[in-house]
Amino acid sequence: MDLNSLTIHELQEKIRAGEATATDIVRDVFTRIDAVEQDVHAYISLMKDDAFVEASRADADIRAGNLRPLTGIPVALKDILCTKGFRTTCGSHILHNFVPPYNATVVEKLKEAGAVFVGKTNMDEFAMGSSTETSYYGITRNPWDLERIPGGSSGGSAAAVAADECIASIGSDTGGSIRQPAALCGIVGMKPTYGRVSRFGLIAFASSLDQIGPFTKDVTDCAITMNVIAGYDSRESTSVPMDVPDYCKYLSRGIGGWTVGIPKEYFIEGIDPEIMASMKKAIGIIEGLGAKCIEISLPHTEYCLAVYYIIAPAEASSNLARYDGVKYGFRSQDGRELLEMYKKTRSAGFGPEVKRRIMIGTYALSSGYYDAYYKKASQVRALIKRDFEEAFKRCDAIMTPTTPTPAFKIGEKTDDPLQMYLSDIFTISTNLAGIPGISVPCGFTGDGLPMGVQFLTGHFEEGKLIQIASAYEKSASIEKSRPGL
Amino acid sequence: MEYEPVIGLEVHAQLLTDAKIFCSCSTRFGAEPNSHTCPICMGMPGVLPVLNRKVVEYTMKMALATHCRINGACNFARKNYFYPDLPKGYQISQYADPLSEHGYVEIEINGGKKRIGITRIHMEEDAGKLLHDEHNPLSYVDLNRTGVPLIEIVSEPDMRSAEEAAAYLRRLHEILVYLEICDGNMEEGSFRCDANVSLRPKGEETFGTRAELKNMNSFRNVQRALEYEIKRQQYILEGGQVVVQETRLWDDSQGVTHSMRGKEEAHDYRYFPDPDLVPIMIGDTWIEEVGKSLPELPLEKRERLIIEYEISPYDAGVLTSSRALADYFEEVARLSGKPKIAGNWVMGDVLRFLNEDKRDIKNCPILPGSLAEMILLIEGGAISGKMAKEIIEDMYKTGKEPREIIETKGLVQITDEEALKKAIEEVLAANPAQVEQYRGGREKLFGYFVGQVMKETKGKANPALVNELLKKMLAAS
Repeated sequence: MDLNSLTIHELQEKIRAGEATATDIVRDVFTRIDAVEQDVHAYISLMKDDAFVEASRADADIRAGNLRPLTGIPVALKDILCTKGFRTTCGSHILHNFVPPYNATVVEKLKEAGAVFVGKTNMDEFAMGSSTETSYYGITRNPWDLERIPGGSSGGSAAAVAADECIASIGSDTGGSIRQPAALCGIVGMKPTYGRVSRFGLIAFASSLDQIGPFTKDVTDCAITMNVIAGYDSRESTSVPMDVPDYCKYLSRGIGGWTVGIPKEYFIEGIDPEIMASMKKAIGIIEGLGAKCIEISLPHTEYCLAVYYIIAPAEASSNLARYDGVKYGFRSQDGRELLEMYKKTRSAGFGPEVKRRIMIGTYALSSGYYDAYYKKASQVRALIKRDFEEAFKRCDAIMTPTTPTPAFKIGEKTDDPLQMYLSDIFTISTNLAGIPGISVPCGFTGDGLPMGVQFLTGHFEEGKLIQIASAYEKSASIEKSRPGL
Repeated sequence: MEYEPVIGLEVHAQLLTDAKIFCSCSTRFGAEPNSHTCPICMGMPGVLPVLNRKVVEYTMKMALATHCRINGACNFARKNYFYPDLPKGYQISQYADPLSEHGYVEIEINGGKKRIGITRIHMEEDAGKLLHDEHNPLSYVDLNRTGVPLIEIVSEPDMRSAEEAAAYLRRLHEILVYLEICDGNMEEGSFRCDANVSLRPKGEETFGTRAELKNMNSFRNVQRALEYEIKRQQYILEGGQVVVQETRLWDDSQGVTHSMRGKEEAHDYRYFPDPDLVPIMIGDTWIEEVGKSLPELPLEKRERLIIEYEISPYDAGVLTSSRALADYFEEVARLSGKPKIAGNWVMGDVLRFLNEDKRDIKNCPILPGSLAEMILLIEGGAISGKMAKEIIEDMYKTGKEPREIIETKGLVQITDEEALKKAIEEVLAANPAQVEQYRGGREKLFGYFVGQVMKETKGKANPALVNELLKKMLAAS
């Protein structure tokens, strides 16, 4: 059996039973990478040598009986997370040679938990995109259909898990960048509450929306990984000093007596009929678990996309100002004076989608436009947040499709940014409200493309999120087929 | 037409915290370039700022000392612009919601008092420094100063002359140094000032077009630059032309201002609330706590000294020019019980010695107790004022106690009446002609006799006693 196709909890059993070593697992992962990576291209860089060194250390720990939560588990990191001494590109040419002198807090926590890092995964440049097609380092393909995109921006992290090129991975979600690729690749992906997982060392796209979360093969692995990465960090001002519960305790509690809200605004024209059908089926499963599904309203839903595409680019335009060629990263050698150096560096260093968003954001913050755009968007954002607060007075969780369509073809939407932006229509509101969300596989289309259902709960209710996702996963018993690579 | 200048000042003061505002790097001045830096103040990808609480506390001190209202909630905003000394491409500052607003300070001008309004006091981070190679077209970036905490104090356009502006600036400087939240060093840039100045016909309500002046690194330069700029604008207006809104740099060596950039080149800083920092909530308890920790401020101290020690307003001004000097004076006054005399010694000899050596009162070799003792020795008649002048110089040079110096130098005053009578008799005997003249009505000669007696006694005679005895002995016969 290929160890790389197993889950964290399955591997932990094997390790405990002495049936597998960390080295065995890492070897199987890299064998798989050697076999499929040229087709999938989930990674920007691999950490093969280090991984085997870490695996042998993990094996020493295993022999000594020192088992930590992720001892010997191969984990991939989105290349947006700073890794000390290891190149971190954020999918951009402008950081092609950037080697951080520090680890992201999440990277530290995973290390302490015994995880073995496989490599840095591909992503849309600066996490700006929904298909992983804007990466400077080439596109990533969907393991279920190599002609299709894996979703984005954390497409590499999703594809790596789906293709068994790692056991679990870490991504970041600013408007759906974990949940959308998780749905399109047929795996589990969670965006925790804003402030739950430290952003320190996460290269910022939109600071008030960015949140780190896990990609896993099932909900149990999601709970295990969340136990490791969640928690207060004094290095981040927006980190929330709250205790983290043991998420594994929520895994088999059931949802009898729960009320689950189905927002009517999410069943819009343009949803793929197969997604629509899978949602109906999922509602049936939830009701079968003893929960009541009710129609709810999130009245400001129609403004989410507009609000997001003002706030996120505005913050990005400022966050990306530091890439000026002065201190690190790419610098154009053609500039004869300062302004020219700036212009040439940024013109050559950033791709078109990043430039588009910097320009939108710069415009939205400009004097004379600030009130009409950024300020207004912030006010509407407060209303969107209130929609959810009102909704959670009536229900325990909210359920929606994760995406309006299954994975689309490579190149299909690259020339039409608006169509591309629409692929995040169901996931963006979560980030604006700061609440947690999870995407869980809910079946396949007739063409064999995975689909996902999204659950949402109130702030810091990741436990309840795992509870409903786990109950659904067990009851839905989606066939555990693997992509036929 | 008579024109009236309208002046407003923006002051930046570096706070004396040990650590920078958003990271734990040292704020110490003068270290090796880029040695006080970390990924946070260097603006590396993915790092985040965490506010140093001391910065809020220090800013609150200045706000309270200048009668500002402290806002219950304030936040940080990003000021976006590109420059190599600004590694993030934005400066974290405060914009729409500053820590404090609506205050004032009082200045003394033409013998009267005037209130200068303070629009706001807010917190921000300092930028780094560029060092330009003199021989090559190269510039180097030193980020040691990046992230050093600053407060910006913005005045209302309440000043009407360069002199008023200088007085306001001195007042702010004095308060900051009194509060011990800024070292006030203008040369090292811990206290910096930009000025907005415009002219309008006297009696007119609306403001004229203003110029912003930069690069004035001393009180004197601020006053000179403003005086120059007022004249320049007056010349333009009198010539029937219009003043252009622009930023101008003061050139110290030429004594003129030069245009740096015009209105159309002005930056659009695209301020917006910094999403990496949370709003700062300041409750009344915290404000009260900080209020209680404030020292007595210069103006209050001045007024108290005038009443308590019956000294002149001028003397009080000199003695309170720094907190340490005032403390020194009060200690001498208390120990000697002679505040006026104490004041004269402190302002006279002590300050003269210190100024000559460019030494701070905190490092004065004469301890307040020693000076008080010397004053008591004079009062008790053990030494004369003239002897004291010599003694205090030795005290300053050696740090020794007055008694010790008196003993080693044999400087004890002659208070023995018999000995003095003998000396006077000798003087009178040696100057019969003068005695004759004095007794004949030339009373001016009295001083001559005193001088002769002092000479005879090598200055050790108690002058009061000499006066008394001389009068008696000259009247006799």
